[in-house]
Parts: sequence; C-alpha cells; structure tokens
Amino acid sequence: MSDPIPFRPFVPGTQPALNTPAYLSTGKRYPLRAPHRMPQTITETTGPVFSPALFPPSADLTRNTTGQAALGERIIVAGTITDEDGRPVPNTMVEVWQANATGRYDHPGDQHDAPLDPNFRGVGRVFTDAAGRYSFISIRPGAYPWPNHRNAWRPTHIHFSYFGSAFATRLVTQMYFPGDPLLALDPIFNGVPDPAARDRLVAAFDLDITQPDFALGYRFDVVLRGRGATPMEG
Amino acid sequence: MSTATASQTIGPYWHLIEDESWADLTRFGATGERIILTGTIRDGDGAPCPGTCVEIWQADPAASDSFPGFGRANTDADGTFRFVTLRPGPMPGLGNTLQAPHIAIRIFARGLMAGVVTRAYFEGDALNDSDPLLTSIDDPALRGTLVAGQDAPGVWRLDIRLQGDGETLFLDV
Repeated sequence: MSDPIPFRPFVPGTQPALNTPAYLSTGKRYPLRAPHRMPQTITETTGPVFSPALFPPSADLTRNTTGQAALGERIIVAGTITDEDGRPVPNTMVEVWQANATGRYDHPGDQHDAPLDPNFRGVGRVFTDAAGRYSFISIRPGAYPWPNHRNAWRPTHIHFSYFGSAFATRLVTQMYFPGDPLLALDPIFNGVPDPAARDRLVAAFDLDITQPDFALGYRFDVVLRGRGATPMEG
Repeated sequence: MSTATASQTIGPYWHLIEDESWADLTRFGATGERIILTGTIRDGDGAPCPGTCVEIWQADPAASDSFPGFGRANTDADGTFRFVTLRPGPMPGLGNTLQAPHIAIRIFARGLMAGVVTRAYFEGDALNDSDPLLTSIDDPALRGTLVAGQDAPGVWRLDIRLQGDGETLFLDV
C-alpha cells in the first residue's frame, strides 16, 4: 500500500494561536507544550462521509423550527468550498448555528436578556453540490454581550462546521458581516494574526445572491487544506 | 490559490448542533467488538471542562453504512465524555510499518481557538511497542498520555489534561 499524500501544513500567521490572551478563556485551556510533530497516516488523511439520507439537510433556518416564519432580517448565505489548490470540495456536510435577530441563542447557557423567538432555533445543515457550492436561508443574527471584558460585545456572526475529505481538513469557524464596528474590538476575530486571513472570515454583500423582494445575499467562500507540496506561485 | 480559512472557537453554544446519538458509533447496526471510550477533560487548574465538544475518528473498522467511524460527544458537568464504538484493529503506517490500534480525538471548546488533536491507544496492546507514533515520543510519561487504560472489560478511559500537570501530548497533524 502506497503512503497517503499528506495535507499541507498551515501557512504561519493564517491560523489563530491557541494562546490568545485577549480572549480570557484561552488562559487555562491552551496547551503549554508545542504539539508533537508526526507524519500524517491513514488516520489523518481519511475522514467521515455523511450522506444526506442519514443526515438530512435543513437549509431554511427561517422556517425549520415550527414552520412559522422567524422574525428578523432575512438573509441568504452562499459560497463555494474549495481546497488550497482551488479545487471544489463536493458533497461535504456543512453545519451552521447562530443567535437569533435579538442576539440570543436558543441554548440554556445563554442568559442574555434578549427575547427568544419560538420560531427560530438557529440550526441548519447543508451539503455542497458537485461544484462545492452551498447556500442557506437565515435571519441576520444580532450582536450580544459576553463577559470577556468590560462592555464586551461579540460582532454579528454565524458559526460554521466543515468536514472536507479527511480528519485533517476539519474546520470550525465563524462568519462575520461586512462593516461591523465590533470587529475591530473582538479578541476572537483578531486572534488571527494575518490581516488578510482575518478579513476572509468577513462575508461579502453580494447582489447576485440577493433575491429581489426576498432577502439580502452574502457570499462566504471557504478554503480547506490542500494535499501535497505547495505549488509554485505562477 | 488561497490558504486554508482560519479557525475560530466553537464557543459555548455548539450544542445547538449536538445530536446525542452521535456518541454511539454502533447505532446504525454495526457488529464487532463493542467498546466504551470515556474520559474526563480538565483545564490548567485541574478543573473539569463541561460542555466540551469531543470528536473521534477511526480508520478501522472501515467506515460503512452501518459504521460511520466518526462520533461526537459533549462532556457532562464532570467534564466526562463517553463513546460507544468498535475496537479498531491495526492500521497500515507509512512505508511498511504497522500502527497499533488507535482512535483519533479532536477537542473543540470555548477557550480553544482551534481544535486540538490527540490519539487514544489501548494499554497492553502488543503493537504499542512498535507503533511509529508512540515510539517517536521519548518521554514515557508523555507517551502514556495517549494510552487509554481499561476501567473494566471493554471500558477504556483516556483522561485529557489541556494544560499543566500531566498535560496531554497533542499532535500536529
């Protein structure tokens, strides 16, 4: 059996440091020791395959809770998932979760004094098509306070979970909205050192995704790790 | 070309996507040697980490319609996770090597800007002494942080310390 082709290491600065002091909860949780370097094996270069039959998609978060319409500004989020070589990642599962329009999660741990919406649970699941494209309909989430520091507010965001083709390509991240004044103040967003990598977490308003008389559209393209050596820049 | 998208913390509200049945990898009817993999996650103060997202992946037995190979579990108020799965067998390593049976683990949590990865091997497995990863770890105490012990027949425990005394050896994969 030939050796699997490994996924490339992350480019320095493009991923957040586990030790991010401005985000206080990292203080007692980041490992002090550098991770042990090891070659990727079949364990890391393979991964789960989720079938829509067993893991049914649910792409309209404005209607998937009770069937009644959720309150808030309706949005469409769409994009393409590719690898670092620009190849689409087809048929991969994407999980999303978010606060409602008032900035409140339908979660017992969220005690923010903002109303829940009985028609908005804030959870969705979609799969990319053969070209790596996905889309879902939701409500623009609200900003909300958190106890990290005095008067701390999280910028408006949607949580995303991606699998890709392998254990090594797993990614959990957050999508932000353009023009949010809270971005400059947020230690989680700013925990990504490279400004270009950081800015790619901000979705782009997109008139082509926007549907007339229905919802504003935002584009959020995501790149998962690619395999093999880094190609030479052209 | 573009570099991989940056990670962000999974945060405290990821339970919205939790499905408790995912902690049982045998739920689709898989047959084989069922085991329980459990453990407690602790922080740098030794305090348990409840509400943590623990994911496992194993390349053996091969994933199929009856066995997803992947599981996800929450940690309870005591910081403890619990999976039901099938005991993996040996897996090919690089070159002509053989890897001892193991399960890959990734932990996401509030306070972790990205997932951290480790492995659970099985104490007493004859292949552990020649496993390429285990034998690449010089310090026996560190190596031991990747080896689950048997609490009872078929019940394997791997406690995980994110930081500090007895800190788990995490893997750069």
